[in-house]
Amino acid sequence: MSIIELESVVVRFSGDSGDGMQLTGSQFSNTSAMMGNDIATFPDYPAEIRAPQGTIAGVSGYQIHFGSEEIFTPGDQSDMLVAFNPAALKVNLKELKKGGTLVVNSDAFTPKNIAKALFEENPLTDGSLDGFQLVEIPIDSQTLEALKDIELDTKSKKRCKNFYALGVTYFFYHRDMTPTLEWIEKHFADNPNLLAANKAAMKAGAHFAETLQTVVSTYKVSSAKVEQGVYRQINGNTATAWGFIAASQAAKLPLFLGSYPITPASDILHELSKYKEFDVKTFQAEDEIAGVCSAIGAGIAGSLAITTSSGPGIALKGEAIGLAISYETPLVIVNVQRGGPSTGLPTKTEQSDLNQALYGRNGDAPLVIVAASRPHDCFDMAYEASRLALEHMTPVMLLTDGYIANGTEPWKIPDITKEFHTIKHKMIDAEDVDVENWHWIARDEQTHVRDWAIPGTPELEHRIGGLEKDFVTGNVSYDPKNHQKMSNIRQAKIEKVSENIPLQEIEGEKSGDLLVISWGGTYGAVEVAVKALQKKGEKISLMQLRYINPMPKNVGSLIKGFDKVIVPELNMGQMVHLINAKFGINAISYNKVEGLPFKISELKEAFRAALKGELS
Amino acid sequence: MSTHETLEYTKKDFSSDQEVKWCPGCGDYAILLAIQNALTQIGRKREDIVFVSGIGCSSRFPYYMNTYGYHTIHGRAPAIASGMKTANPNLSMWVITGDGDALSIGGNHLIHAIRRNMDMNIILFNNEIYGLTKGQYSPTTKQGKITKSTPYGSLDRPFSPLKLALGANATFIARSLDSDLKHMEAIMLEAEQHKGTSFIELYQNCVIFNDGCHAEYTDKKSRSDHSIMLKHGEPMLFGGEHQKGIVLDHLELKVVDIGEEYSEADCLVHDRYNPMLASLLVTMDEHPEMPKLYGVLYSIEDITYNEQVCQQIAAVKAKKGAGDLNKLLFGGDTWQVS
Repeated sequence: MSIIELESVVVRFSGDSGDGMQLTGSQFSNTSAMMGNDIATFPDYPAEIRAPQGTIAGVSGYQIHFGSEEIFTPGDQSDMLVAFNPAALKVNLKELKKGGTLVVNSDAFTPKNIAKALFEENPLTDGSLDGFQLVEIPIDSQTLEALKDIELDTKSKKRCKNFYALGVTYFFYHRDMTPTLEWIEKHFADNPNLLAANKAAMKAGAHFAETLQTVVSTYKVSSAKVEQGVYRQINGNTATAWGFIAASQAAKLPLFLGSYPITPASDILHELSKYKEFDVKTFQAEDEIAGVCSAIGAGIAGSLAITTSSGPGIALKGEAIGLAISYETPLVIVNVQRGGPSTGLPTKTEQSDLNQALYGRNGDAPLVIVAASRPHDCFDMAYEASRLALEHMTPVMLLTDGYIANGTEPWKIPDITKEFHTIKHKMIDAEDVDVENWHWIARDEQTHVRDWAIPGTPELEHRIGGLEKDFVTGNVSYDPKNHQKMSNIRQAKIEKVSENIPLQEIEGEKSGDLLVISWGGTYGAVEVAVKALQKKGEKISLMQLRYINPMPKNVGSLIKGFDKVIVPELNMGQMVHLINAKFGINAISYNKVEGLPFKISELKEAFRAALKGELS
Repeated sequence: MSTHETLEYTKKDFSSDQEVKWCPGCGDYAILLAIQNALTQIGRKREDIVFVSGIGCSSRFPYYMNTYGYHTIHGRAPAIASGMKTANPNLSMWVITGDGDALSIGGNHLIHAIRRNMDMNIILFNNEIYGLTKGQYSPTTKQGKITKSTPYGSLDRPFSPLKLALGANATFIARSLDSDLKHMEAIMLEAEQHKGTSFIELYQNCVIFNDGCHAEYTDKKSRSDHSIMLKHGEPMLFGGEHQKGIVLDHLELKVVDIGEEYSEADCLVHDRYNPMLASLLVTMDEHPEMPKLYGVLYSIEDITYNEQVCQQIAAVKAKKGAGDLNKLLFGGDTWQVS
């Protein structure tokens, strides 16, 4: 059959959580990126490491969107679904486009598995898949057949089936097998039999797919026209970790991470623990509280201090974050948000910790809040969070989420020296001050930022406590007027940060009918939806907020250029309250809390409805 | 370590300008004095000494020291101090805590700091009561004690702090008492010299909410009959004329009279490096008829967490060279778009 040229394609691999779907998906996306496509990915896996085999609870998926145009999201519906068992089919079929290609492992469609997936009839034979291009391949038996001459136990041979399926999909989309074959060579270098088996399985899959050429079409997606430069793939958690290393170098300070394992933030700990040669010290603490407390201690002692977690962990850290605010000591807190409340949905994405970031402490305890918009933006915002913490002697909360933390995209590697300037921290020694009259709490008149005198500095010994401090001496004070004054200055100090961040930009015209205010990981989908409507002539613009507290100074005046404002969020409406309270407007709230990112289609529909006045 | 032989400090050099605000007669005054005296002898520069405390009466301690000092939040001092020490291993770290702060709200941080053998001195002021919140029972309060929150007597079985520390794999455990300045001073010096976590329990008297809770074994008059001043290599004897001693009888410790049946030679000889002996000694608190032990019960040399962190970094740097950010960013799979 024919070769069809496409602008972009969405492929989804889905199977049991032990089937290696994440590996399969990332091989496909790496290869596509190296072939010059722009890509976005969405790993979607259960919280259980190995949920019962063949059940709906155990389905693990990986979606890749690749194209010859710039790709902003992992895509709404897939063009191809590769289902390794009936449960995977059950979970994902509704997201397969009508007429899309459905590759199934027919060996897995046993009566038992069909029942486990809660199908009443065998979906392969009951006609329910008539609307799709169904490709049945007995992947298990074909893999075993292909590996019959390799000395390996049957169980290990069966586990090669993901590479068999990868071979099939590579043929369908004209992907180059070389990068993956090279990866297998490297990864299984210690085990020649597994190495040979995986390579053989992949090639067998591709050869089998060739025989289907007469009945199915294959697709070509040409390279994307993207900016010149050297690119790599990166996910949000890696970008966050690397952003901190960049900041530590820009500040010429050692990096300290105090952390406790939690999904989906642990990968930042894993990543940073690799880089001892960068003077990175990682401390896996006994609990979340010790994670933040050790970081506070390291910050006091002169490190760029970080703690990483997700919502439940941040809740535990609350008291200590308040201490850091009261000490006015530099600290970066990362919250990789997940579905809540309580344990909630550990592996699913949400933006519901904004209120926690703003208000989740006792007393009036303001801190700086920034948010990353896409996987590679985590690098920039980790640097920014560090810069603001060190330049303003304050805790800074960096909000990311499970979606951008695990999602990957190509990243044009920045020129570090040009794009990330030296961070001017506040560390002093006795020669910088008049020792006799110096107090640790002495502030810069303009910025209200105090000096940073660290233990080990001669002549500047001082005591700091969580009790209220005298405005001038920093000693304990219970004076009523002093508490007011200190509360004012803590607030004013954070507000002054707005003079040290870039002005807010708008994508689109500066005035119009509808302004979409978005923040965090919803950026990709919102951007595509807004652009699509702009192309259709709608007067719609996008304001993507990366600095949340304080906001850039021009946000209020920009909002005035629009008749209506809509705030799409993956929560029950948190940013919209902040916007409405801050600017006295009545923005429309558009929410979803299904543990999944927004679909472009649902956003377009919502924005259209808002433009027509059907949403309020 | 930056020891300066020429450092000549007096106690005054370690007193801050803040008025000390403990209750008149509080045991904390003596502890403050003992620690200030000890610091004049440890050979560390004042700017390298850091006091970190949690919450409670004892935790006001850093305000009164003319060193770097951090009054933090309830129970978390060992965690904050661990971060400081890991970030800057040159600091002389002192954690000041109480029985509620260390053993109740901060129990987790205490055992893990000890387990890691973080090089710091943890000084636990044990007065068997919550003082700052005005008189509730604590994890060391004796069973049956009437307090504000236990009007019919406390039901909880108390912790023995030294037994807990040993269970957490402590490399140094010692005990002293607020009524013996010289002893406290000597123990502080030993603690500072020990590499790793030095855990010291101090019997401290709260004059307001639990006055005299340790009197029997801390008062100058009665203490010789109810306590032993442990010395390495010397027999465990007590009583004004050393008329009593401790013997080992079938894996059990027993109090005996020295005279006809037992002589000094039958008594246990203290060996602070013996882990089996230490595990027996820490059980003595559970037997009211047994004397209380003062001094270093146990100490061994082991590598500290903070040393290992530095060694690991040095080893990786020796192998890979100093980190190069561009190498990291451009390493792995990249592709050129032109």
